[in-house]
Amino acid sequence: MRKFSPLNLAAIILGVGFLYLPIAILVIYSFNASRLVAVWGGWSIQWYAELAADAPLLDSAFISLRVALISATAATLLGTLAALALVRFGRFRGKLLFAAMIYAPLVMPEVITGLSMLLLFVAVAIDRGFWTVIIAHTTMAMCFVAVIVQSRLIDFDMSLEEAAMDLGASPARTFLAVTLPLILPAIVAAWMLAFALSLDDLVIASFTTGPGATTLPIRIYSEVRLGVKPEMNAVCSIMVGVVGIAVIAASLLTKVGGARGTPAQA
Amino acid sequence: MFKSLMKSKKNHSFWQSLVIRLPFGWLLAFFLVPFLIVLKISLSQTAIAQPPYAPTFDLAAGWRGVQTFFAGLSLDNYRFLGTDPLYILSYMKSLQIAAFSTLLLLIIGYPIAYAITRLPRRAQAILVVLVILPFWTSFLIRIYAWMNILQHDGPLNQLLLALHIVREPPSWLSTDTAVYIGIVYSYLPFMVLPLYATLEKLDEQLLEAAADLGCPRWKRFWLVTLPLSAPGVVAGALLCFIPIVGEFVIPDLLGGSRTSMIGQTIWMEFFANKDWPTAAAVAVVLVCLLVTAIVIFQNHAMRGSERD
Amino acid sequence: MHAGDSGSEFVKRGAERPTFGKRGFAPWTDRTAQPLLRIQALRKRFGGFTAVDQLSLDVYQGEFFALLGPSGCGKTTLLRMIAGFERPDSGRILLDGVDLAPVPPHRRPVNMMFQNYALFPHLNVEANIAFGLKQEGMPKARIAERVADMLALVKLEGLGRRKPHELSGGQRQRVALARSLAKRPRVLLLDEPMAALDKKLRGETQFELMELQRQLGLTFIIVTHDQSEAMTVADRIAVMDRGRLMQVAPPKDIYERPNSCWVADFIGEVNLFEGRVGADADSVEGTAFGRLRVGRKIDVEPQGRVWVAVRPEKMRITPAAPERQASVENCATATVVDIGYLGDLSIYRLRTEAGVEIRAAIANTGRSADQAIGWDDRVWLSFAPEAAIVLTR
Repeated sequence: MRKFSPLNLAAIILGVGFLYLPIAILVIYSFNASRLVAVWGGWSIQWYAELAADAPLLDSAFISLRVALISATAATLLGTLAALALVRFGRFRGKLLFAAMIYAPLVMPEVITGLSMLLLFVAVAIDRGFWTVIIAHTTMAMCFVAVIVQSRLIDFDMSLEEAAMDLGASPARTFLAVTLPLILPAIVAAWMLAFALSLDDLVIASFTTGPGATTLPIRIYSEVRLGVKPEMNAVCSIMVGVVGIAVIAASLLTKVGGARGTPAQA
Repeated sequence: MFKSLMKSKKNHSFWQSLVIRLPFGWLLAFFLVPFLIVLKISLSQTAIAQPPYAPTFDLAAGWRGVQTFFAGLSLDNYRFLGTDPLYILSYMKSLQIAAFSTLLLLIIGYPIAYAITRLPRRAQAILVVLVILPFWTSFLIRIYAWMNILQHDGPLNQLLLALHIVREPPSWLSTDTAVYIGIVYSYLPFMVLPLYATLEKLDEQLLEAAADLGCPRWKRFWLVTLPLSAPGVVAGALLCFIPIVGEFVIPDLLGGSRTSMIGQTIWMEFFANKDWPTAAAVAVVLVCLLVTAIVIFQNHAMRGSERD
Repeated sequence: MHAGDSGSEFVKRGAERPTFGKRGFAPWTDRTAQPLLRIQALRKRFGGFTAVDQLSLDVYQGEFFALLGPSGCGKTTLLRMIAGFERPDSGRILLDGVDLAPVPPHRRPVNMMFQNYALFPHLNVEANIAFGLKQEGMPKARIAERVADMLALVKLEGLGRRKPHELSGGQRQRVALARSLAKRPRVLLLDEPMAALDKKLRGETQFELMELQRQLGLTFIIVTHDQSEAMTVADRIAVMDRGRLMQVAPPKDIYERPNSCWVADFIGEVNLFEGRVGADADSVEGTAFGRLRVGRKIDVEPQGRVWVAVRPEKMRITPAAPERQASVENCATATVVDIGYLGDLSIYRLRTEAGVEIRAAIANTGRSADQAIGWDDRVWLSFAPEAAIVLTR
């Protein structure tokens, strides 16, 4: 009954082409020897070479990586706790407000999140910079983490925990030996998402950053606002490459992990 | 079961209360309080000072301070939004772009999602990954890639000239068309995935039953597949429409300067005009708009599920 | 059993307990016997729904005890209260005379086999079986021994390194059983342990389970909604309905001597005739089947309302009037409405002159003798007075 018609094939080819062609063109042009985009000047890696000498850009990349690492880790911790609180603690005072605060940032435009964060930091007179960006990114990302981990916890087969307790494991031990290993894939996925969101964010970082904490997206944005630049093609190509490798590595890891399972021991 | 166990233990242990309090406290401090500050500043006056608004909360003055604080609040900023067509146009533009591009996304995303469900299982999984993958590359990069393609002497115009479709290279950048292209490109995964999720769950036997009852192919799609994929359509539309309304990067890099979307307006008021109270008021109204939109979508989804 | 030395040790230690064969095993008839598990006036409500209502029950060491009832009768809730996953609203559960109320589930000397098995998907078979032993702090070498014993016991040697998802349904069931037995619980609780198996496998597994229980000498409490399963495996069955115990008795008594119409109707098929006790105390008058003679004196005053229950297989169908004309009671003419051929027996649906529907089951012992009776035939229905069960509620 399920037939695959030529029309279906066309939809898939056009769809995937539409998604990947722009990125492919970007990568190809990053190897263009000519400074003029319209002119193909042969293959070259000169723009990559120039990047290596661009200290402010490398600086920004480093800042972005550190922000993403710290905020993703903090967001994963807070978001996982939030998910546990929502799923496992029954009713508690302020649960509705708590749930609302988890979901609201997901639909809040970044401009408003950034603006409100900035106004907070001004109101309490905190100098903006590296740590304020981290706080902002943590707040945004923890909600995504909470939603991902929460859905995993809701699907969680409670009889597994009961079985562990029935076999003599205390609640804390049950959590460590059974619950945590089983929700770990969701937590890892959530961390990766939080990391990507932080690395990607321009708007919130623009509001909450200060002198000396220019993240990579802010740097790229200020460069490309006024037009296409070949160096930026190279930067973006590198980022695409890194993401591609990371995603492939992650999917391979989960495949290996899925086949062997996590060798977690009680 | 587990819950009742947890509750029955009277000593909510230190760790257990920490699990709630840590994220709760964090969200109160860094989400709720900032938003209340925005609300408060939207009721304040612009001032040439640091911070550039009045009144500020003066705790040292005690009760008098509180009184003068509340006396200083006003709805003037909101009245100002109503009188200046710039803001109304900006809201309208945002809603219009969001609505039209959501429609475009549906028209483009539906055939793709539908086609994926026709494939064998393994191929489906691969295609889903292929659809998600661009999402993991930076938003900014994806928009920048289109800046490359759409520029005056970029690949698109070169192609059009080479094929003699156009004689003069058209300007793509700084037009609404470019904004639509950028939005559709960026949000396509958010439309395809929920659609795919519902279509994939669709029971093939329902189509077989329809065929058995004498329903021709195109009618089967129209009478069975489409109505049953309504939840996916609503979810996809919600997932796209809401963030597009507040979009900043796409219109800023690809769009023109004539009318800006509301995200740009907030950015401008804040960074260029340093008018914090107006920026805050624009933001509050935007939140109200989005909440309304979500409620409408939710109602639709609820009615849809009742019909099932 | 091809277990190693340690394996037989595991079995022997169980066998030292006072149950070898099951013949003559009936501690519940012994007034001096101390029950292993005492349940006293137990009550549990979920919101407005009473799951278990003032329930009292004794289970003895070495007993294979079945909780049987329709879904929602509270049998699983009762089991979960024994395991400690649910807290009773009132009443007590005593194990070896000790109140279990303050004991959390992970400290109770009972283990449970879950309906969906609840095998830890991230651990292999060995680690699953070893899980409970590790919580006890048993030395590694002894854990390895015990795991090997358990694998041998459930005949899964060589599969210890597999993950649960690499096993068949029947194998998974055995792992779950091995895991819950590994700690040698005082009581093993089994929640619908065979619900997920297909019918043939279920039959084999039932006998294996009985065999295992006898070898180990442990106390098993099984929850099931399948009456033939309960009848097969259990020493005693507790029939439950809406949170209450309807009857607790050995399978044979439950079937032959139900204490109420509800139990008679729930266990197997039955024909029920309502009537009033006759003047001579061993007959019932005014039933749809006419005047019925029952095998013994009814302990109800004359004209008291009673029901007479007759199992379909106790009904006789004859083409002509029964030979012993003396018993004009327990005898009526009827028309065959329907015949269901089941192979070993045939089920007849008949309608009497009075319009009452009656079921009769006839064993197909001969090959063609019974073919004599067919659709729409007028036949004689009768049953022996001893086959009648008189019920007062």
